[in-house]
Amino acid sequence: MDRMLRDKKAIVVFLLPGLLVFAFVVLVPVVWSSVYSFYEGVVGIGLRFNGVRNYAQLFHDSQFTRSMLITLQYTAIVSGLQLVLGLLMSFLFAYGVKHKVTVRTICFLPVVLPVVAVGQLFGKIYAIAPMHGLINSLLDVLGMGKYVTAWIGTTETALGALCVQDVWMTAGFYAIIYYAGIVDIPKELVEAARIDGATGWHVGTRIVLPLLRPVIGTALIYSLSGSIKVYASAYALTGGGPARATYMLSMYMYDTAFKFNKYGYGSTIGVFIMLECLLFVALTNFVVNKRRV
Amino acid sequence: MRVSAIKQRPSVRIGGFLGKATIRALTGLLLLCVVFPIAWMIACSLKTPAELINQPVFHLPSGFYFRNYSNAWVKGKMNVFYKNSVITTFVSLIFTVGFSAMIGFALTKLRWRFSGLFKLLFSFGIVVPVQMVLIPLFIMYNQLKLVNSLWGLIITYTGFSLSLAIYLYSGYMQAIPNEIMEAAVIDGCSVYSLFTRILLPLSKNATVTVLVVSFFSKWNDLIFSQTFISSTSLKTIQTGLLYFTNEFGSTEWGPVFAASTMAILPTIVVYSCLNKLVIEGMTAGAIKN
Repeated sequence: MDRMLRDKKAIVVFLLPGLLVFAFVVLVPVVWSSVYSFYEGVVGIGLRFNGVRNYAQLFHDSQFTRSMLITLQYTAIVSGLQLVLGLLMSFLFAYGVKHKVTVRTICFLPVVLPVVAVGQLFGKIYAIAPMHGLINSLLDVLGMGKYVTAWIGTTETALGALCVQDVWMTAGFYAIIYYAGIVDIPKELVEAARIDGATGWHVGTRIVLPLLRPVIGTALIYSLSGSIKVYASAYALTGGGPARATYMLSMYMYDTAFKFNKYGYGSTIGVFIMLECLLFVALTNFVVNKRRV
Repeated sequence: MRVSAIKQRPSVRIGGFLGKATIRALTGLLLLCVVFPIAWMIACSLKTPAELINQPVFHLPSGFYFRNYSNAWVKGKMNVFYKNSVITTFVSLIFTVGFSAMIGFALTKLRWRFSGLFKLLFSFGIVVPVQMVLIPLFIMYNQLKLVNSLWGLIITYTGFSLSLAIYLYSGYMQAIPNEIMEAAVIDGCSVYSLFTRILLPLSKNATVTVLVVSFFSKWNDLIFSQTFISSTSLKTIQTGLLYFTNEFGSTEWGPVFAASTMAILPTIVVYSCLNKLVIEGMTAGAIKN
């Protein structure tokens, strides 16, 4: 059997079709993108090697700085809420509710919904014209008409409204991950603490949370790199507006490349987004693994 | 560690700290926050234009006004977008499952020197941001006439689903004991029938998980479809929905809600039937065994 499993031809047959597609769609573009980021000009007309000037330009580009700050602000809010709400929900799943399976299943549902449809839905929830959306009409009924706002049409509230939508969509995912982590904690530990007289609060904060540290690390990596790359949900809800108040880095990259045909500079922004993700992964690993309880 | 393997309730209840009523209220609030927007959307998709304008939006619909759906389906071209999404999703699912099962087999059961290296290479795909590949892909597709072609989408979806699918298959196939293969080989199985007759049927659960997880990523894709497709007749559900909303705009809520409900429907159906597998599959990357 060993000889059969070492059959070179069979290995090639099994590996090649998938490898070709993978190389074509993922590997080659990644390399190409990195190379492009050092060029300027339009593909087909003429590309010029540009050295690191594209990267230098990033720091003089005010729209880049603005978009980066908006994206970071978004990341801080969304990832923060994903962490806090995810943990609270997982505690509820693990220690609180009856019908746990049903509750868990329902809470995970928004994760699988198509983001454009959710964007349409929240667009109507926040709407003010031609008729008041869900929030504004509830405010009307509750006699708080003065708080009626164009939630996604006002620069001050648009980013917050977007964050609410995205947390609504993703919190269930993190709750499940933390829940799986909680269930993995040996029961004896929690029981021993109870016998020693620890209250529910203390069990939660002094025993469960510290033991969840590695799980929180993994989830944070997911959450941070997901937030940094945000595109579809923002595009579907606000399209980057109003007045570019929700104009994310990935949207800037998209427009730079496909609207203004600056593929080189667009690739530079793309590479920057990837580097930012890697930086966050490294930082999270550092914080989670270094600091001892 | 698998979510579904968890049966027994942890013995400690925070109930002692918060009180049962508070916990019940919190859970109720949570479920309301999740379910209410979706229910509201479906309710509004059944309202007549007059109802939408004259009544507060949280009123229940007075009847079932299905004209919204037929409008969205025909006039809003949702039938075209649906067809395109079904074709691209279905074909790329077949490729995804076929290729990733074969590679999973090659990585876990076949014996060759660089299998570890290739495993690493494929798992690299899980972390690559779409933004990083979008521009070169567009340029390549432009030259290969894959722009404005469903094939372009099918290839992209397949390539981008492979990493996670291979990860899921490898984990599953690794656990299948070699003794089963030995028995089959003694009975005269070739390496190919070993895969098609033994490994693939035994990995049925992995196949379902891969199917389900990649179904969502393909059906819900926006950015690829938006970049590679500009012709209206080739748009998929997500880009079609955006196009549709721009056409019907903010004034006609009924058809917009109907179209959104139709876009969501397949995902809800799949999720209702296979939720355990969906949750397991989607969190598989984050929850380590």
